[in-house]
Amino acid sequence: MSFLLDLFTIAAVSAGAVFFLAGTVGLLRFPDALTRLHALTKADNLGVGLIVLGLLPHVEGVLAGLKLVSIWLLVLLASAAASQLIARAARRAGPPA
Amino acid sequence: MIAALNVGLAVLILALAFWTVVARDTFSAVVGFVAYGLLLALVWVQLHGIDVALTEAALGSGLTGALLLGAAARLRKTEAAARTERPGVSTRVVAALVAGSVTVALAIAVLALPDPAPTLAPQTAANIAATGVGNPLTAVLLAFRAMDTLLEAIVVLFALIGVWSLAPDRVWGGRPGPLHRVDPDGILAYLARVLPPIGIIVGIYIFWIGADLPGGKFQGATLIAAMWLLVVMAGLSNTPPIGRAWLRIAVVAGPVVFIAVGAAGAAIAGAFLAYPDGFAKPLIKVIEWALFPSLALTLALIVAGAPERPET
Repeated sequence: MSFLLDLFTIAAVSAGAVFFLAGTVGLLRFPDALTRLHALTKADNLGVGLIVLGLLPHVEGVLAGLKLVSIWLLVLLASAAASQLIARAARRAGPPA
Repeated sequence: MIAALNVGLAVLILALAFWTVVARDTFSAVVGFVAYGLLLALVWVQLHGIDVALTEAALGSGLTGALLLGAAARLRKTEAAARTERPGVSTRVVAALVAGSVTVALAIAVLALPDPAPTLAPQTAANIAATGVGNPLTAVLLAFRAMDTLLEAIVVLFALIGVWSLAPDRVWGGRPGPLHRVDPDGILAYLARVLPPIGIIVGIYIFWIGADLPGGKFQGATLIAAMWLLVVMAGLSNTPPIGRAWLRIAVVAGPVVFIAVGAAGAAIAGAFLAYPDGFAKPLIKVIEWALFPSLALTLALIVAGAPERPET
């Protein structure tokens, strides 16, 4: 059982790391602010989510697990709000000349 | 594996610090500084200084970052003009020499430390029971080195007075910062409605847990201040006029209680800030509870800035 859980952790955390890597590559390579935001939010939403999911079998107690999940939910809220604000600022500023 | 992580972290921090110094654009430099502070918090976690990591992330990176962003926004108008005034070669060489020698002197000082480095940790561990608190940092900050913490709280108060002193005469006693007009159905207003209840609970939790685990009043107060600033920036609330008596009383209440407890210690226990036997923990609690709201308000008002608008 613990072997299976370890396997699950490795798979989920690795998948999360892949999303972070892809998000970083997108942030560096995409052409404008909106597509870069798109890349960034994938790292925040799915990357952090998968890493939290992967760590859940290893936490001590329900409370610690809830803390991890709430960290993910807070990251979701913050990243969604921040990217909306950045996107609006980018749209107001217009495309770079 | 951990060593590789630490080396990577150190290289990243040095590179980011260098980039922050050489960045020509003020806004970019501030963003670099904030990221640098967050990385520094990770280093403190690696050194098992969770208290310091929390302080660095909340105050060093978050609150200072917000202050610097405000300053950068104000400087934007004059930035292009300032950039054309480049100091001469000799000035830059002298500045580089002075900065370089400070770095070398610090490096020599650190490398010259005896091994093992001098430490008061065993004495702290031996005497922590006398204070009744579980977190050694809290014991150091509020019992063994309470004077430093008192001065810190007063420095924050002085900083606020310094910010206020930038107010033009005609708006003295008025409301700090600009009036924020934001779309009431926008995402910022939504965030300012959803986040504060969570943030206030986390802030009080960090303050509460500080007696026994990493956390404390400065970190908790910064979170509370951030929540209030979010509500103000979303246009859901207004900053209070700084002329109000309740506001001034609230700002000085914490340091006054701290000084009063210290003076009582001088009368009863024989030294300023000494606690009578058996009363250390209750007195530390009184000081913490008095400082927490004062600090939250003071930190928030420092970021809110100098008065800019008359009271109405």
